[in-house]
Amino acid sequence: MKEALWREMGLSDQEYERIIEILGREPNEVELSMFSVMWSEHCSYKNSKAVLRNFPTKGPRVIQGPGENAGVIDIGDGQAVVFKIESHNHPSAIEPYQGAATGVGGIIRDIFTMGARPVAILDSLRFGSLKSKKSRYLFGGVVAGIAGYGNCIGIPTVGGEVYFHPSYEDNCLVNAMCIGLMDIKDIAKGVAAGPGNPVMVVGARTGRDGIHGATFASEELNESSEERRPAVQVGDPFMEKLLLEACLELIKTGYVIGMQDMGAAGLTSSSCEMASRADTGIEMDLARVPRRETGMTPYEIMLSESQERMLVVAKKGREQEVMDIFARWGLEAVVVGQVTDDGYMTIKEGDQVVAHLPAKALTEMCPVYMREAKEPGYLVQAQEYDLSTLPELEDYSQVLLTLLGTGTVASKEWVFRQYDYMVGLNTVLGPGSDAAVLRVKGTNKGIAATTDCNSRYVYLDPYRGGQIAIAEAARNLVCSGALPLAVTDCLNFGNPEKPEVFWQFKEAVAGISDACRELETPVTGGNVSFYNETKGEAIYPTPVVGMVGLVEDISRVTTMSFKNDGDIIILLGQTKDELGGSLYLSIIHGLEAGRPPEINLQQEKLVQKTTLDLIREGLVTAAHDCSEGGLAVALAECSIEGGIGAEVILTDSLRASSLLFGESQSRIIITTPKDRVDTVLNRLNQVKVPYKVLGNVGGPELNITGSGWKVRLEVEAMEEKYRGAIPCIMNA
Amino acid sequence: MRFGVVVFPGSNCDADCYHVVDKVLNQPVQYLWHGDEELKNIDCVILPGGFSYGDYLRTGAIARFSPIMDKVIEFGKKGGLILGICNGFQILTEMGLLPGALIRNPSLRFQCHNTYLRVERTDTAFTGMYSPKQVVQVPIAHGEGSYVTDRDTLERLEKDGLVVFRYCSAGGEITPEANPNGSLNNIAGIINEKGNILGMMPHPERCSEEVLGGIDGLNIFKSLLKWWEEGGVR
Repeated sequence: MKEALWREMGLSDQEYERIIEILGREPNEVELSMFSVMWSEHCSYKNSKAVLRNFPTKGPRVIQGPGENAGVIDIGDGQAVVFKIESHNHPSAIEPYQGAATGVGGIIRDIFTMGARPVAILDSLRFGSLKSKKSRYLFGGVVAGIAGYGNCIGIPTVGGEVYFHPSYEDNCLVNAMCIGLMDIKDIAKGVAAGPGNPVMVVGARTGRDGIHGATFASEELNESSEERRPAVQVGDPFMEKLLLEACLELIKTGYVIGMQDMGAAGLTSSSCEMASRADTGIEMDLARVPRRETGMTPYEIMLSESQERMLVVAKKGREQEVMDIFARWGLEAVVVGQVTDDGYMTIKEGDQVVAHLPAKALTEMCPVYMREAKEPGYLVQAQEYDLSTLPELEDYSQVLLTLLGTGTVASKEWVFRQYDYMVGLNTVLGPGSDAAVLRVKGTNKGIAATTDCNSRYVYLDPYRGGQIAIAEAARNLVCSGALPLAVTDCLNFGNPEKPEVFWQFKEAVAGISDACRELETPVTGGNVSFYNETKGEAIYPTPVVGMVGLVEDISRVTTMSFKNDGDIIILLGQTKDELGGSLYLSIIHGLEAGRPPEINLQQEKLVQKTTLDLIREGLVTAAHDCSEGGLAVALAECSIEGGIGAEVILTDSLRASSLLFGESQSRIIITTPKDRVDTVLNRLNQVKVPYKVLGNVGGPELNITGSGWKVRLEVEAMEEKYRGAIPCIMNA
Repeated sequence: MRFGVVVFPGSNCDADCYHVVDKVLNQPVQYLWHGDEELKNIDCVILPGGFSYGDYLRTGAIARFSPIMDKVIEFGKKGGLILGICNGFQILTEMGLLPGALIRNPSLRFQCHNTYLRVERTDTAFTGMYSPKQVVQVPIAHGEGSYVTDRDTLERLEKDGLVVFRYCSAGGEITPEANPNGSLNNIAGIINEKGNILGMMPHPERCSEEVLGGIDGLNIFKSLLKWWEEGGVR
């Protein structure tokens, strides 16, 4: 083997030796390239697998947990929700439009490959400061790319989040989540079962785009990353729309044995993973693969990441029916080989064998690393920062206005108005809500979904940050009237070979796992994205949580907007002197320090359960969780969305900054009509949820009065700041 | 009343239109495949929103050449009812069944949000259930919805009262601020002289059920039904 070719392909010397050991010989170049993509972190999870075993993955509603193309959750009546989140960070950092577009395309395929019709997309996005030209370029391009793909294929983009922080300056995060709906009986899996069954390549033709994309995704970005632009795939949403319709039509026929998207590592990963899951082998002739360029080598065909392709294992004798369905949609479906019983991937070009290796050598036999973990040096100092001596400010009205105008809090209308969030006629609550809610046609039910992660918390305390990410996601669902069901996660971290990064990863996963156990929301899959660094600096650790929930009665869906003059505002939960890791501290004092707020998961569960019960009984007119910016920002959002003010009196003895902007956990603001207050308070007393009656809805202003201080702002002025901030920067 | 919803390979509001006719209006409805050469027995054709053939070239530019569209033209020329929504409107202008064209929004971005529309005509088959100058809320979702045409045609449209919907403020004023996409004279929807073909950029099917936040669009479908039941004569 040419000196260190494996190193160029991202494999270590030890890994190369292991390959020789498995094969009993040196691999040829095609085989080596197959190993290099399959043993990349992106495909193998070799650095994360051992830690991910901590996740609770079982539950009464889980039909399919991790290991398949997407998780599947039972929602009753013979129906299931299929969902998954995945990152497309590196491609988006290099080519924002196509990077984001193909991220959306990839996650959509993961859903319909399971036999579900995709019904919604959510995106969790992170960029550097909006003050930076590069960040604005990436932000604009990513949003346009998501819109370009999702709008055309006709799947509504109903929610997500956008954060801005300097740690993402060169390495933006683009995490796309897709949700599908299906009849449980239609479930399809990625298995190449039944020796003799035909293996078919369907959909778009294979070109030279995206070669080594998976390897590229498994290394740090640097100055030469621009040269990797050819590793970024190009999306064709119209083609995917055809593929989607054809695949769903095909699954209904019952002629499908197994099906898998050709995503990262294309034909290589789809074929060997399907064979591996079924304990079979696959024999393929690459000369039969339809391509859009001439002169492609076996190496290029096996590694191409051309989009909008699927690998289908069909029932023997039904090849023609499969071809007919695809032809109706103007697509090709070509038999390229068959399932074998020898467990080997036998790749031919015509009569010549170009690769011959055990399918499991590429999958299960990949080395698993338990990397060294070490608490980072910054942590103790940051956590022990003395926040008690912070000066109290003069004008908290101005502080609130400033926070409402920061990119992370400000209205994301500029973003979601570019997305078609209504197509499909299911969107009951769209973007800008605590959670998106979709009705399930033909039933009285709804599906709710959200994505969440406060990476400042995770940076300051990965374990607690991980717990809070889960708690907050669940709280958002509850505020919309949904029972949280299950989780998919997208774990974005720096280079795991650095002990400090791996420590963050381990701790965050432990936090997520414990919270999932307590809140009974099992993890059904997701994605790990390491190597998110630029010039040696890791991003803030960002384990994004995607969560789905079930609304039992769609007529009881609740929003954050204040509704009626005179409604009483009640705060559930306790406010403590907790400014650590807060947005207020970061924006107003320029400090990212202290410990993130404490979280007691039993308390969290109680607050959530109580809120949900009150909503289901029709006692709640508005509900909103307190997160970034604390109580003051939450109240302002309720006012702005409702176009009506409020009179609030805070009687606690805490300092004003903590009362207004502290981010104590497990707090939910609800409103209730005056004549129902007694019922609500009785219930709260009965179940022992701490609460405070804050005041009432009404008037053109938000007035918050404490002892010796006052916040007084016209709703209109807040709205201008809140809605104007991002357009003002992006349309300039 | 029998409805037919044309399905181009890239249509994505076909199922939505089907749903509203089937489940909300409770009328028989079927899909009309773009490759078919027969229109079956249809009383009203809906050209739904979406990206008919990907629309990489120009919206609706290829759709007009699909086999079913010859039959749709024939149907329209004989006075058959055709409702073109969003991409359907774009296709109608490409086919020459309605004048003008829909070009890229001046924002250069896809725009999806609610708009207010003023109903300019209530004596058509599509709008009989509205009251004169009624202001309704109907969402748009398009990247190319800016209605343009030459000056003579615009004058004719106005003179003959062929503008059926105009973007307006919540109070019903026709202002530049209320115009989301730079359409000439705030035009959101027009009808042909015969009164049987209507094209509009906003999506009435998206606001035909309370659970989705409003029912201002439902009256278009109800108007069609009423008009039909009353004998289909103006």
